[in-house]
Amino acid sequence: MANETSTASLTRRDLLRMIGLAGGGAVMYQAMSSLGIAAESTYQRPPPLQGTGKGTVLVLGAGLAGLVAAYELGKAGYKVKVLEYNARAGGRTWTLRGGDTFTELGGHRQVCRFDDGLYFNPGPWRLPYHHHGILDYCRRFGVTLEPFLQVNQNAYIYGKDAFGGKPQRMREVQADFHGGIADLLAKVAGKGGLDDLVSKEDREILLESLRQFGGLDAQYRYVQGPDSSAHRGYAKDAGGGPDGAPKFSKPVGLSDVLNARLWTGLGMAEIYDYQPTMLQPRGGMDAIAKAFVREIGDGVIQYDAKVTAIAQDDRGVTVSYEDTRTPGATRQEKADWCVCTIPLSILSQIPIQVSAAKQAAIAAVPYMSSSKVGLQFKRRFWEEDDAIYGGVTMTDLPIGMMAYPSHGIGTKKGVMLASYAFFLEAYEFTSLDPETRIRKTIEYGAKVHPQFPEAFENGMAVAWHRVPSTLGCFGWWTDDAREKHYADICSMDGRIVLAGEHASYLPAWQEGAILSSLAAIDMLHRRAVNGAGA
Amino acid sequence: MKPLAFVLLAVASGASAQSMDPTFIDQKHAAQVTGEQIFQHICQGCHMPDAKGAVGAGHYPALANNPKLAARAYPVAMVMGGRGGMPPFGMLLTDAQVADVVNYVRTHFGNHYSDALTADDVKPFRPPTPTPSRGH
Ligand SMILES: Cc1cc2nc3c(=O)[nH]c(=O)nc-3n(C[C@H](O)[C@H](O)[C@H](O)COP(=O)(O)OP(=O)(O)OC[C@H]3O[C@@H](n4cnc5c(N)ncnc54)[C@H](O)[C@@H]3O)c2cc1C
Repeated sequence: MANETSTASLTRRDLLRMIGLAGGGAVMYQAMSSLGIAAESTYQRPPPLQGTGKGTVLVLGAGLAGLVAAYELGKAGYKVKVLEYNARAGGRTWTLRGGDTFTELGGHRQVCRFDDGLYFNPGPWRLPYHHHGILDYCRRFGVTLEPFLQVNQNAYIYGKDAFGGKPQRMREVQADFHGGIADLLAKVAGKGGLDDLVSKEDREILLESLRQFGGLDAQYRYVQGPDSSAHRGYAKDAGGGPDGAPKFSKPVGLSDVLNARLWTGLGMAEIYDYQPTMLQPRGGMDAIAKAFVREIGDGVIQYDAKVTAIAQDDRGVTVSYEDTRTPGATRQEKADWCVCTIPLSILSQIPIQVSAAKQAAIAAVPYMSSSKVGLQFKRRFWEEDDAIYGGVTMTDLPIGMMAYPSHGIGTKKGVMLASYAFFLEAYEFTSLDPETRIRKTIEYGAKVHPQFPEAFENGMAVAWHRVPSTLGCFGWWTDDAREKHYADICSMDGRIVLAGEHASYLPAWQEGAILSSLAAIDMLHRRAVNGAGA
Repeated sequence: MKPLAFVLLAVASGASAQSMDPTFIDQKHAAQVTGEQIFQHICQGCHMPDAKGAVGAGHYPALANNPKLAARAYPVAMVMGGRGGMPPFGMLLTDAQVADVVNYVRTHFGNHYSDALTADDVKPFRPPTPTPSRGH
């Protein structure tokens, strides 16, 4: 993000326009991808740690990084204890259901009133098919996965200044965008404009391929007719009986397409991380955390334990913590080794006995903002009225994007991700109280779906900078910071090693937490077995 | 709920009352946003509306009655470049806006530092443009 937006050619106005137009959407994702989020997971199922582990390990934090460390080290023979601030495991891997409560920083308490069987993932909600680590743990632990519908051509792109504020179907925007470009390129080629770039034979193939790519007619034109309608859809769909003939729809011209800028909402499905088939655990993302807790067994994770200091000498590690149910008294826990997975936003405030370089690295990674609002509606109007079955709608409104549940299709009610915002809009949502976030989401959501106010039943609003156990969404690395500090984040320092999504090149993905943890415990184990020279 | 000054300002700055939602900074009018508005739209998300901060597994420092604000450079460097969990805002705010929001915080919430900053004072704190991302 920082890199994308601070290049000299981009003015601040460009930045605001860019963020505004994309609503924190596709452009943000693209920018994030260029920061390394799009790297494929390098996971290989870990061989059982070589040499039997002996001794004790303290794992700090029970998010996925901590749970992987506790599970793998326990299996390798170490005596493991986990200290976790929350009263539950999973960290950002978290699902809200009816009866749950959530108190954010500042004191606003929300009680979730979803119906039985409905849920909302305020944090992670989708898994790319190439995140082999997390998928492998799901397979091994029997966590059932189902398709997560990322791409839906019948969802909307909404631009407040485009087409009079009428939401456009993604299918039509994409067809007209591709069709217009193909038509233009075919004309240029026809006029000989490409003659010094492609051979005559290649030009013929190119023209043929443009027909397929853009839905052009036999004269290589993108015009109203069967070819364009086969891409963008019909004014009247084909039917049966005497009136069965379809009516062709009228494409929007390229100039209008470009100027409306709705193409900024396209393209997410082209990005490696969001290509089909994406997956989700059935019943909520926390199924993964729960499976780890079950596999780790009882008596390992201590909840309500707030770590306040981390010290070490050549004999061991001493961690100070507070039992948040009986605040005040500081307790201590000792072990031979420590895997610390506390997010850097928090760890940078905790005294920790590591090298100056590591301390500088811990303080060098600010946390990106994001905000989500999940709303329960009394009927699935997006399916019943709009024929939208899963997928994502992009807007340039403060609410950012919306997503329709991939599960429960055809049932009566549903919880929709009615707002998912990053960066500026997320800061603004964070600055509101939860009730106002929900009210504003209904107000803006109604611009895309007028059914919002009438069908709304209840909702939950989670702004990540107000989540007490995270203080942000994810570690916001820049190339510059990585160059200076990444090695120091990942290195083992005496008896302490860090893990978490912040110690990976897959920030903001659970896979990053898992891979960083596997790397960290590998270092720890080699040192434990071979001594400091390892 | 909404401070009146905010609504008046929005109207005065040329935004029509209907098109401007005071809950969100309209991108078109971002350049006219004041220090107070920046505090209410961005800073209070973490530092809280009363600027008293908050405590969870970590904490957000109080800006209210904060002696660290006596040195003007400190808050300016934090807002521009970020540190720890604090995100950088240099790419979002103009020099004048950084000065405005720091001036606002240094003269409210029990802080009484009257040595106001100007955009020029703030400029040297703008972090260098990071090397463009190469993509991975
Ligand atoms: C809005 C959002 C959307 C996301 N979307 C996706 C997605 O679709 N797919 C995906 O794979 N990933 C997604 N992610 C990223 C994913 O959630 C993280 O990368 C991953 O969960 C991080 O795991 P972790 O173990 O590193 O950290 P965490 O899960 O944050 O675990 C850290 C643990 O440390 C504990 N802790 C903190 N402070 C203390 C303390 N002082 N003492 C003791 N314990 C402490 C916390 O309570 C927590 O349990 C998303 C994240 C967010 C916020």
